[in-house]
Amino acid sequence: MAIPVVAQHLEEPGHLPNKGKVGMICLIIGESAIFSIFVLAYLFYIGKSQWGPQPKEVLEVPILNTVCLLSSSLTIWLSERAIEHNLLMTFTAWLGVTIALGSIFLVGTGWEWYKLIYHDGLALQTNLFGTTFYSLVGLHASHVIIGLIMLITLWLFAMTGHVSGKNSERIQTLALYWHFVDAVWVVVFAVVYVIGR
Amino acid sequence: MADASLPIGSLDLTPEALAEGTFREYLHGWVTTVDHKRLGILYVLYALFFLVVGGAEAMIIRVQLMYPDNHFVSPEVYNRMFTMHGTTMVFLMGMPLLFGFANYLVPLMIGARDMAFPRLNALSFWLTAFGGILLYYSFIGGFGLYGQGSAPDVGWFEYAPLTTRTYSQGHAVDFWALSLFVTGWGTLGAAINIITTTISMRCKGMTMMRIPLFCWLLLCTSALTLVAITPLTAAQVMLELDRYLGAHFFDTQAGGSALIWAHFFWIFGHPEVYILVLPAFGVANEIIPVFSRKPAFGYTAMVAASVGIVFISLGVWAHHMFTVGMTSAANAFFTLSTMIIAVPTGIKVFNWIATMWGGKLRFATPMLFAATFVVHFLLSGLTGIMLSASPWDWQLHNSYFVIAHFHYVLVGAIVFSMLAGIYYWFPKVTGRLMDEKLGKWHFWLFLIGFHLTFDFLHVPGILGMPRWVYTYEASRGWASWNMIASVGGFIQFLASGIFVWNLLYSGLHGAEAGPDPWDAWTLEWATSSPPPEYNFAVEPVVASRRPLWDLKHPSDTDTQYE
Repeated sequence: MAIPVVAQHLEEPGHLPNKGKVGMICLIIGESAIFSIFVLAYLFYIGKSQWGPQPKEVLEVPILNTVCLLSSSLTIWLSERAIEHNLLMTFTAWLGVTIALGSIFLVGTGWEWYKLIYHDGLALQTNLFGTTFYSLVGLHASHVIIGLIMLITLWLFAMTGHVSGKNSERIQTLALYWHFVDAVWVVVFAVVYVIGR
Repeated sequence: MADASLPIGSLDLTPEALAEGTFREYLHGWVTTVDHKRLGILYVLYALFFLVVGGAEAMIIRVQLMYPDNHFVSPEVYNRMFTMHGTTMVFLMGMPLLFGFANYLVPLMIGARDMAFPRLNALSFWLTAFGGILLYYSFIGGFGLYGQGSAPDVGWFEYAPLTTRTYSQGHAVDFWALSLFVTGWGTLGAAINIITTTISMRCKGMTMMRIPLFCWLLLCTSALTLVAITPLTAAQVMLELDRYLGAHFFDTQAGGSALIWAHFFWIFGHPEVYILVLPAFGVANEIIPVFSRKPAFGYTAMVAASVGIVFISLGVWAHHMFTVGMTSAANAFFTLSTMIIAVPTGIKVFNWIATMWGGKLRFATPMLFAATFVVHFLLSGLTGIMLSASPWDWQLHNSYFVIAHFHYVLVGAIVFSMLAGIYYWFPKVTGRLMDEKLGKWHFWLFLIGFHLTFDFLHVPGILGMPRWVYTYEASRGWASWNMIASVGGFIQFLASGIFVWNLLYSGLHGAEAGPDPWDAWTLEWATSSPPPEYNFAVEPVVASRRPLWDLKHPSDTDTQYE
């Protein structure tokens, strides 16, 4: 009953891109636009605070944090490679290191905020610097938190034996998000700690 | 047995198992559905509901402005009406309508079983639906702790500092920001889904340069949505941080800038116009060739023009802000970039006319609406070019000339094209044709009403009538123009009533349509009407841009020419 259309020169469309990855790239493009607006606001308001602490007086460059977060991109890439070759132990180990590095970053940010709030008296409502600083860095930190929740979930699945090489593409999709979070940090770091300080 | 007159193999006429359930089961089926066709219908019904609501608000505005010194509603209510009219029509009517079309048609047109992420699709719809309900809840819930405020009332672009707590007490602004924040995520989900579906779900042989132009246009719209809706989301977060946590983004007393809100809003706001109009182009691109009996003229040029519009439209936003006092360089830049957009849109108009040129035109209702769309779009483009020149804009900024211009785009072009689409695809969705006689009545009344309202509204604009005025004095000389516009508005409302009646009547009693009532060429017409849940019994394989033409004319296939 079924007669597919017959064509003389039928071209195969080739291997269509993985839909998870395409979807994630779209989400990343959308998120990038959100970040650009906050970055623009930060750049626009540099030096416009009329009172309260200024970036130069209170901000310290978070070197350890940056090193941890950026190297977590490398470790998650190693775990991606491991799962592609079905090396479960290596995968779980590198994923664990990634989670640890991300957590160090988050603790570091928390420590920085604690110092700023309790020692330097800088809150969101203090001045424009506080407004733009906490919203931009906070937006990024919230993305780190979401990423960590997903990574920890994946790690728990791996520990209970629910992950295999077949899930490789899905894990790469998740890793794409983590790479994005790291890449955004490069921008945030440049804007807040280099240009704005 | 397959229908012999329709040689496509993917047509499957196996009778569906009779699903006689209780009403509760039926309702449950619709609420929990992840089927792209059902979600598409839900989107369109939701949009049509808000078309009526937003239309009623427009009628209240028109009654209020009919006579000088009129007091049909209070100034406070009037402010709520124009704010809610704009917000409703853009966010609750325009975008859900286009995503409804996309949801229903894109998988069918590219020969897919469903969208790429069916559950995300359902989530997107229900987020959008929740946002709409939340916005309208403001009429009763906006009073808040202060006992002041109701629905949002400071204009659909919510300029700072009107949105600060000082000027907007109560929760009106919060309802606006939060409900659109919610629909924003729904929109983002829908856009991601459409892009992924178009890229990753195409059937065999459906290369990117063979997908119907409608799919290309929806791909462009969705790409634009990704980068245009999100800035609004970000700005709304800033606004709520200002209002609830005491941040200073738009607080001029702490060194903040009210102007940056305007920039952020229009970085979203201008691409938004293109988000709405690109699907309208897509609908015209499907209808005009079928009713001219010719393939679309200049497929590649159309694709290139659409992609061009996406990029250029991201660099024109400040033409909404010429009067704020930018530098001459900025004025010149935004004037030029706005004028450049006329090039790709001009290519499109040229291609539509070239498609019709020498064709065997059939003026059924869909084609009437689609052909009128081309004319209206051209005219609105011309006033757009006028307004893009910053000195002209300084004179007419925020006047009724601007109102007339953008309603020419939004109603004359987009609504006309979307109505064409509803008349065209209604037989596919319901299996029944829409009544032609009622359709013609709808078309002519709507056309007359439209021209009475929006042609004549240009005049009071040139005479100096600003938008958003509550009322005006008789000595201004705006009265007769406003009277004509109001009468035109009522005619449009009446015509829309005929349309709704036609939808209901034809849905129940219309003539049987069969799988392919228009003798069309794209894949959605290759399956039964309405399509089965799985769309195609066999995955289609295509070899050209017009797979059904190839099937119907095996001796003269498109494959020889592509």
